[in-house]
Amino acid sequence: MTNHWIDIKNSDCVLIMGSNAAENHPISFKWVLRAKDKGAKIISVDPRFTRTSARADYYAPLRSGTDIAFLGGMINYILTQEKYFKDYVYNYTNAAFLVDDRFGFADGLFSGYNPQTKIYDKASWTFKKDAQGVILKDPTLQDSRTVFQLLKKHYSRYTLEQVSSITGTPVEDLKAVYDMYAATGRPDKAGTILYALGWTQHTVGSQNIRTMAMIQLLLGNIGVAGGGVNALRGEPNVQGSTDQAILYHILPGYLAAPWAKAQGLKNYLEQITPKTKEPQAANWPQNLPKYAVSLLKAWFGDSATAANDFGYNYLPKLDDGQNTSILNTFDAMYEGKLKGYICLGQNPACSLPNANKVRASLGKLDWLVHANIFDNETASFWHGPGVDPKKIKTEVFLLPAAASMEKGGSMTNSGRWVHWKYVAAQPPGDAISVGDMVYRLMAKIKDLYAKEGGNAAEPIKALKWDYADAKGAFDPLAVAKVMNGYFLEDVTIGGKSYKKGDNVPGFALLQDDGKTSSGNWLHCGMFTADGKNLSARRGKSDPTGLGLYPEWAWCWPVNRRIIYNRASVDVNGQPYNPARPLLKWTGGKWVGDVPDGPWPPMADKEKGKLPFIMKPAGVSFLFGPALAEGPFPEHYEPLESPLAANPMSGQRINPAVKVFKGEADRFASADERFPLVCSTYTCTEHWCTGGGTRWMSWLTEAMPHVYVEMSQELAALKGIKNGDKVRVSSTRGGLEAVAMVTHRLRPFKVQGKEVHQVGMTFNYGWRFPNDCGDSANLLTPTVGDANTMTPEYKAFMVNVAKA
Amino acid sequence: MSDGKSIMVDTSRCTACRGCQVACKQWHGHPGTKTKQTGTYQNPPDFSADTWKLVRFSEGKASNGKPYWYFFSDMCRHCLSPGCMEGNKKDEIVQDKQTGAVIYTAATKNLDYKKVHGGCPYDVPRQDTKTKLIKKCNMCIDRLRANMIPACALSCPTGSVQFGERGEILKKVEARVAELKKDFPKAKALNADDVRVIFIVTDEPEKYHKYAEA
Repeated sequence: MTNHWIDIKNSDCVLIMGSNAAENHPISFKWVLRAKDKGAKIISVDPRFTRTSARADYYAPLRSGTDIAFLGGMINYILTQEKYFKDYVYNYTNAAFLVDDRFGFADGLFSGYNPQTKIYDKASWTFKKDAQGVILKDPTLQDSRTVFQLLKKHYSRYTLEQVSSITGTPVEDLKAVYDMYAATGRPDKAGTILYALGWTQHTVGSQNIRTMAMIQLLLGNIGVAGGGVNALRGEPNVQGSTDQAILYHILPGYLAAPWAKAQGLKNYLEQITPKTKEPQAANWPQNLPKYAVSLLKAWFGDSATAANDFGYNYLPKLDDGQNTSILNTFDAMYEGKLKGYICLGQNPACSLPNANKVRASLGKLDWLVHANIFDNETASFWHGPGVDPKKIKTEVFLLPAAASMEKGGSMTNSGRWVHWKYVAAQPPGDAISVGDMVYRLMAKIKDLYAKEGGNAAEPIKALKWDYADAKGAFDPLAVAKVMNGYFLEDVTIGGKSYKKGDNVPGFALLQDDGKTSSGNWLHCGMFTADGKNLSARRGKSDPTGLGLYPEWAWCWPVNRRIIYNRASVDVNGQPYNPARPLLKWTGGKWVGDVPDGPWPPMADKEKGKLPFIMKPAGVSFLFGPALAEGPFPEHYEPLESPLAANPMSGQRINPAVKVFKGEADRFASADERFPLVCSTYTCTEHWCTGGGTRWMSWLTEAMPHVYVEMSQELAALKGIKNGDKVRVSSTRGGLEAVAMVTHRLRPFKVQGKEVHQVGMTFNYGWRFPNDCGDSANLLTPTVGDANTMTPEYKAFMVNVAKA
Repeated sequence: MSDGKSIMVDTSRCTACRGCQVACKQWHGHPGTKTKQTGTYQNPPDFSADTWKLVRFSEGKASNGKPYWYFFSDMCRHCLSPGCMEGNKKDEIVQDKQTGAVIYTAATKNLDYKKVHGGCPYDVPRQDTKTKLIKKCNMCIDRLRANMIPACALSCPTGSVQFGERGEILKKVEARVAELKKDFPKAKALNADDVRVIFIVTDEPEKYHKYAEA
């Protein structure tokens, strides 16, 4: 989240799209309803009328996988109806930048596409510059090469009628939602978006979110109380695990994972560190070398020296273009290219797409180590349905893990608040925390390497591994302090002296010369210099009255509760909305939230800095080169859709997406055998694959068995009655489910034809209870977003028949 | 006796998360019963000796053609003059003096269940077929004695279920209904003068549940 949970109450319009907040983040509705109490409008856009829709002021249906069309129409509406926040768009976005003349867009493709590699050359996705390298701008926004004019042109194609014929959303619903939301494009109004996996789990997931980010920029809703782009993270610590680089392409603190061509630290740092000539840009990422070197010092300690590039060469490197996402990992496993797999706290046999392929892949391993709080379909894959245990050679080790309440440590919520938590109960039997497992495993490996040597011994020997407490057990506090970082020598910075062994009290003090360590620069400042843990705070003061609670826990970065907050003020530092001031420049200083940098307001042409400090040009990007499939989001159909062609262009699916071509990966689009759009989701009562919740009798009592929701109209066509047993199938697999025939789903009118959609939870599996049904991921396709490889669980094609 | 306690169940704030349903079972040590998926979110299907708090789901098509989905977090109303007590032979069913909670004692096994059940316009009491005890919500009287609020109210994330002094709850109910009437002309509190557990609805009560209103 750019903002945080409590801040939802400050909003004037809450758009809930790509999320079913009431069901999947029940506590969010404490704040959503407080906003509603104060007159905010709540909008729910979802293929299915959900428990969220039931509490919304307005509900609009849309066909799964058409969010960019829906939102593209909103951009068109905002621009043509002039609902955008002019001052903000001009000052704080790149609307006025002139785009390179080579940039173009035709028939669904941007300039630079290579159809063989499916990769764009982004050379033309850039800006015109003067001789000094400063970007050329047209303050009138009239030049046809301005971002603003190109944006207008691109989205002029998303007319109400066109959007409606793609999304299946009635025109009157589109108009109503656009009108309600666009009303927040005024200085005194704020609109927020709550999204979750309903947006990420598409082949165009990243672009779904980017489209909304652009809307928020046009309406001036970023950096303000009650605004922002807010991802509701699906688990109490999923934000924390992302920050600590659970993904394959990053190191902790979102530093790029080293790749083969980035040989040597200098080369790596040069390539990850952006440069700018923009006079008022802070370009905060220019500090990345300090964070990278401090990270290496945290990992390799005294073995990291200037002479050995601080141990940079100890790090494994990705091959150029290598993608080690879980889809590719399991594809390699299926091909027999992996010998062993360590699976911690997950249930891929039910959670990954194309579960039949995943389950077969596990049988090709020599060994599988699985840690969890209960047995599940992954650990037990060798005796699953249709599997002959005698034919499975994989040796499985199931390690009993401590549950979250049985572990101390930090937990980071969606709003980036890091809470220190304590052990509520000791884990049963031999169960230990996953942290302890990893700690002991690496300690043992280091021990063996010290005694026996082995391949690539140097990095393993150099690794600093001192995270045990006095009793020899894993100590989360020791890890948290290393993540924060230490001064490794006595230093004086800006007239202030710090002693060797002090914690570094903020990332502005980190150095690139080896004098500081920090395992994650974003966490730097969680401890004071003398070691006080700010995440353990529980102060309830609320000086701004906006619910920032600056003394409750600690939030990254530097306890800033709403990021980009200097975009909430005008160039003179005065709040755009005086009724909800988040920041104000008064008496030569900022008052309110922790500002995004100490500099004076923009009107000070010498010292003032632009508010989007993480963007090299200091402004936010309405046009930007970051994503794989283009600088402006464009509608493409899901890999499997009911349409043979994309109504917007000749490019049916996301041109940058990887399509798996192995024998186990079949796809069926616009195929009469599978005419129904299907989406998967989770219900309030179960947690993800149900690996923990299916063992709770109160929860299985409430939601006992896998079900498939369908409209009255579809049920009539298929001769299915509510409660009937049905078989749901895709070209990859199928399962039995109970039909839930409901008014809450309705057929869509798409391209003049009736399109039906069904939906299922993926909360079930064969292991327990033994009569609850199996995983909906037996149906889903192995395909991911072109940037993140997040699987397309939300839109694919099936059929349903009475069993 | 003071005015005792009351609970407001504001259905317009309910997200049917069923935290109350589970919290009730957890506090009272009731088991999760074996259920079947029959084509509805509502499960268990009805009250039982082990289910005293139940979120009822009902759906249909509204006049504007869009779906509606109503949630009714059903429970004993703790009537001021409980009809079920007319089944009393002696003091098998009592009204707690401090709170007004209607309490079914262990002696209810001696009562005629049909008579007790028949006296309740809200279809609440259920009999344990083995022990013959008649059971229902007791307003978490054990928690109240220990200065804790009922488990359902504690678990509610949105303020849909609120517990307090009857006088204060009545004021809250009145204010909330007035607020809701601006958008929902049919908004009303159900049997507020006769019961301690007061439901607020925004549409005809029978659309929520057959026995929503007496």
